[in-house]
Amino acid sequence: MITAIQIGLSIVLLFGCFFILVGALGLVKLSTFFKRLHAPTKASTLGVGCVLASSVAYHIFLGEDPQPRELLITVFLFITSPISAHLMAKAALSLLMETRPSLPGNERAEEEQLPPPEPVREQSLEGTDETFTANDTTR
Amino acid sequence: MTGFEVIQNTLVVCMHVVGLAMLLCTWRLLRGPTVPDRILALDTLSITAIAELMLFGMYLNSAIYFEAALIIAMLGFGSTVVLSKFVLRRDIVE
Repeated sequence: MITAIQIGLSIVLLFGCFFILVGALGLVKLSTFFKRLHAPTKASTLGVGCVLASSVAYHIFLGEDPQPRELLITVFLFITSPISAHLMAKAALSLLMETRPSLPGNERAEEEQLPPPEPVREQSLEGTDETFTANDTTR
Repeated sequence: MTGFEVIQNTLVVCMHVVGLAMLLCTWRLLRGPTVPDRILALDTLSITAIAELMLFGMYLNSAIYFEAALIIAMLGFGSTVVLSKFVLRRDIVE
């Protein structure tokens, strides 16, 4: 019985460590930041969750001090990892907003040496002003 | 090979694998092109350090390392939040 528990715990441990390694590999190999943000969340939920659950089972079945205290860390990580991922994504987005891309159609206008397109809002405002003055003169 | 030897050898292999994951996170922390990359690498490094400490506590069959892992978890979350807030606002306490 105890041998079966030990072999089962070994399988769970190998599963968790595989996912931790996959998360670190994704952190290194993926190309942009938002792809990199996707990989270590798997490591933090599946990998560390499996390791902590097997640690609880190890201390219950095989150790001398059977208290499930590792569940505290599991619950804490499961609560806080989405919050930290959200904050990191917000920080990366705020850095991305500083380098704003050019307006669509601007590059082709520069190639053909055309003047840049005038903003639409000023034109509409001028149009409304003209109509107002025209109405005033007719009245 | 008894079951005790199986789980001890598995613990040694798992500690090496998690140590390799920590090295990869350190590489991203040192190289990372942008600041959020470094923050993400630091967060992942703290999480893998928790896993490594729990594996070491299982290997030595002691429950001492639980407190260290809990403190690393809390400080890692706090540091991630504070660093992201600093990047976001250029100010921590508004």
